[in-house]
Amino acid sequence: MHDYTLARLREGLLGERFSATELTRHFLDRIARFDGELNAFISVTAEQALRQAEHADRNLAAGRSSALTGLPIAHKDIFCTRGVKTTCGSRMLDNFVSPYDATVVERLERAGAIMLGKTNMDEFAMGSSNETSYYGPVRNPWDRERVPGGSSGGSAAAVTARLVSAATGTDTGGSIRQPAALSGLTGLKPTYGRVSRYGMVAFASSLDQAGTLTHSAEDAALLLQEIAGLDERDSTSLDEPVPDYDRAIRTPWEKLTIGVPESFFDDGLDADTAAAVRAGLSVFEKLGATLKPVTLSHIHLSVPVYYVVAPAEASSNLSRFDGVRFGYRAAGDDDLIELYKRTRGEGFGAEVKRRILTGTYVLSTGYYDAYYLQAQKVRKLISEDFRLAFEDVDLIAGPTTPTPAFRIGQKVDDPVQMYLNDIYTIGANLAGLPAVSIPCGFVSGLPVGLQLVGPHLREAELLKAAHYFQLETDWHLRTPGIYR
Amino acid sequence: MRTASEFYAVSLKSEDVEKLCSLARLEIAPAESADLLAKLTDIVRLVDELQAQDTRGVVPMAHPLDRPQRLRADVVTESDEHALYQANAPLVERDLYLVPKVIE
Amino acid sequence: MQWEIVIGLEIHTQLATASKIFSGASTAYGAAPNSQACLVDLGYPGVLPVLNEQAVVMAIKFGLATGCRIAPRSVFARKNYFYPDLPKGYQISQYELPIVHTGRIEIATEAGGVKTVGITRAHLEEDAGKSLHEDFRAYSGIDLNRAGTPLLEIVSEPDLRSASEAGAYMRKIHELVRYLEISDGNMQEGSFRCDANVSVRSRGESRLGTRTEVKNLNSFRFVEKAIEIEAARQIGILEGGGSVLQETRLYDPDRDETRAMRTKEDANDYRYFPEPDLLPVVIDDRLVEKIRATLPELPDAKRARFSREYALSDYDAGVLTSSAALAKYYEETVLAANSASPKLIANWVQSQVIAALNEDGLDIREFSVTPAELAALADKIADGTLSGTLANEVFAAIRAGDGSVDTIIEQRGLRQITDEGAIARLVAEVLAAYPVQTQQCRDGNEKVIGFLVGQVMKASQGKANPKQVNDALRKRLRE
Repeated sequence: MHDYTLARLREGLLGERFSATELTRHFLDRIARFDGELNAFISVTAEQALRQAEHADRNLAAGRSSALTGLPIAHKDIFCTRGVKTTCGSRMLDNFVSPYDATVVERLERAGAIMLGKTNMDEFAMGSSNETSYYGPVRNPWDRERVPGGSSGGSAAAVTARLVSAATGTDTGGSIRQPAALSGLTGLKPTYGRVSRYGMVAFASSLDQAGTLTHSAEDAALLLQEIAGLDERDSTSLDEPVPDYDRAIRTPWEKLTIGVPESFFDDGLDADTAAAVRAGLSVFEKLGATLKPVTLSHIHLSVPVYYVVAPAEASSNLSRFDGVRFGYRAAGDDDLIELYKRTRGEGFGAEVKRRILTGTYVLSTGYYDAYYLQAQKVRKLISEDFRLAFEDVDLIAGPTTPTPAFRIGQKVDDPVQMYLNDIYTIGANLAGLPAVSIPCGFVSGLPVGLQLVGPHLREAELLKAAHYFQLETDWHLRTPGIYR
Repeated sequence: MRTASEFYAVSLKSEDVEKLCSLARLEIAPAESADLLAKLTDIVRLVDELQAQDTRGVVPMAHPLDRPQRLRADVVTESDEHALYQANAPLVERDLYLVPKVIE
Repeated sequence: MQWEIVIGLEIHTQLATASKIFSGASTAYGAAPNSQACLVDLGYPGVLPVLNEQAVVMAIKFGLATGCRIAPRSVFARKNYFYPDLPKGYQISQYELPIVHTGRIEIATEAGGVKTVGITRAHLEEDAGKSLHEDFRAYSGIDLNRAGTPLLEIVSEPDLRSASEAGAYMRKIHELVRYLEISDGNMQEGSFRCDANVSVRSRGESRLGTRTEVKNLNSFRFVEKAIEIEAARQIGILEGGGSVLQETRLYDPDRDETRAMRTKEDANDYRYFPEPDLLPVVIDDRLVEKIRATLPELPDAKRARFSREYALSDYDAGVLTSSAALAKYYEETVLAANSASPKLIANWVQSQVIAALNEDGLDIREFSVTPAELAALADKIADGTLSGTLANEVFAAIRAGDGSVDTIIEQRGLRQITDEGAIARLVAEVLAAYPVQTQQCRDGNEKVIGFLVGQVMKASQGKANPKQVNDALRKRLRE
């Protein structure tokens, strides 16, 4: 059962081959058995999950089921969940029990999904390896000495090890797609504004987007269907109709033109990874797509732009963590300013502090024009590059990451090296474009991801291309050894 | 077009870092500050690559969407839930959040 | 050395919306601590701001009433600083693109002329919470009910040249926001707050001197006194050869002095950047015109019209238009009246009505004597039915709810006595009763006539027409 996609599990539940309770128990047992080593979960909500499962079984029996009734999922611990600890992987929120549900959580619950727990993540979503979490690093189920990717590393590891059948994540610079690539999953980042950010603890407000880590594009479509759509509580949420994704991905294949940014295939890209990605691209050709080189002339600046804009917004978003109304508060109450400094100094980890300081720097008087304003201008140039490219091609494809999963501890002391992991994924966040990473092969037993980027609001086309790829290949169905 | 290193002799000093820590209300242990300075310097060097790009006439992009702000009707929709919200508060007395006194 | 004082005022007025600018919590004053602070107001993780339509409408109203340009596209920005009453660690405000800008308002100067004061801009922002410093030992208690209340920050050009001009400007803005019904302007409750930017320069100098910002000015009087004292302080420094430090100072009304604020850092870098959680506010002409059509008659226009239409003095017109509600009351009374003149009604409203309101601590809108009833009363005075004194008695009776003008007059038999014969009889009675005083009058003592008139009035229970009594008395005395 644990190897099934959501789609197949749903069939099983409706066909009464197993119950929601059995399913939930099964996954909870696997979590108990395997998560000690993987550290994918920060909280496991067993009692709540079993109650939800019972409820699901009653609904199923009464013929009253919704789209996701009985399906066990996990939420990245950045989504506020009512009555359940929500930590963002940080000491700062170690004691924080959210009084409300994020919109994403609300909608998936309404659709009948069962939450088994909250997954581990890089602290406040700042990282590409899930090594900055207060709760310790997450291990890649394919090789437990290696990282699963980040910041949605816990969600990735949980789904890869089949401890849940799908999980939510967030993607600001690649934090869904990169872990999906390193863990052999389908990771979807929708168009900016397609999914509500209400209840998703903010990292970089103009870049953050909620998305999914699943075994397949079909599963991604199932979840996206429920979470996409206008939310009045989020001013940046788009008032655009939500198509029937499941139907859209099954429409007959139409010839596509796929743009490939040749600049991505340079020395920065590991040769074996490049080969796996090119092999993936030839699958599209086999399906009848035309590959065409595209130029994104400013894309080489996407990492510097990101590391100005994201820390700037984060430095401001994280100012609310001051020990006054919630969260960690340092001991000693002598002086207000000292209390703030100690609370934040002790509550935040090193990477978060670095980014806050970077953000403070680029916004400060005398530097704002040269850094923040300049970065927002270059951001515009990068977005324009994509817009122009999409006049010629339907989708843009290339590698998701420059290498497969690296070792735990390998890059953690060199932030800039770590930042360069996001080199292919950041562009989509800067331009607000939807993007998905799908497994396209293996290098030395480690998964490799192929990334597809689409124009605004074209998740249907993106998922359809991914789905057809997954009909032709089986990379997405592989399971690491002991987790089968 | 100037190169990054010509435009900005990037050498963050520890006083700069101290000033930033003060603005951001972050306490850094003395043992950490040398490492922090080195890492921040690396990061600033990375982002200085932006200086080489000509952006004359380019409108800065604050939002990926070009949509106007929606307006909400002026109606009271929230009720008093302070007991629930204050369950998370570190120090509350008589429904007020307590902080060390600031004297004007 | 001749010195010139240069003043600019920054006024923060709370907008009278029902809910907060970025959340659906109530803005009602006086609620139990933290009972009106929702998750958005508390800056909880994951919550987001959504903009209140009324705040936008009210800002536009202000802009239209002061001839401002309405920005077709305006942007919110974050002002970043740490303070316990600022939950998010930043205030959502407007920086580079405010909602309205470049307007003006006219004030009356001391010399009796009119001066135009420029309004640089007015922008929307959220208010912070409140700190309570007593009762908590070494702590302050933070109440976030006020956090998120919409504010309109109105910034004047540095066009003001004296404390009295500053007071006049502040009063004008105060009147305007109340007329527009965008704010209740209640300074005690903190709905209307003022900071003054003060600098001095030698007369003839075109460059501005170093300015200081003076805060904690919550009354018209304090604004004027603080400016005077601060200008004097700066002049003292400059005359002594020193230079003025750019800083923020607090006005201490008990000591009548300004003091540097200890907690304000001299270099608080606010790191403004466009608010990413809010999109640009787009305002089209259609909306502006729709709002323009709802603007009430503004105070200056109303005053001028009252002077013209009702032949009132500037002073009277000023008192009667001191609030939109009072002006409405007056005008409705005038329109309901038949024989009573606007002037008569003006006198009554300015004296008896206002006195009654003050006595009972009421607002004109709560007053028990309706315009229709006051008009009826005024008509009875105008047509001679009631004497002045008796009219007061009837007024008090209506206030107390004893009935209408007509029923009260009938029940108490208060008709004025105007019959010549009756008056002559009363005069005769009084003259007979007071022979000594009568003789004194005949001998030419004018003062005693008043006494005799008073006696006649008393004999008639105040109902005799005083003028007729006077005439009749004099006639008899001459005989």
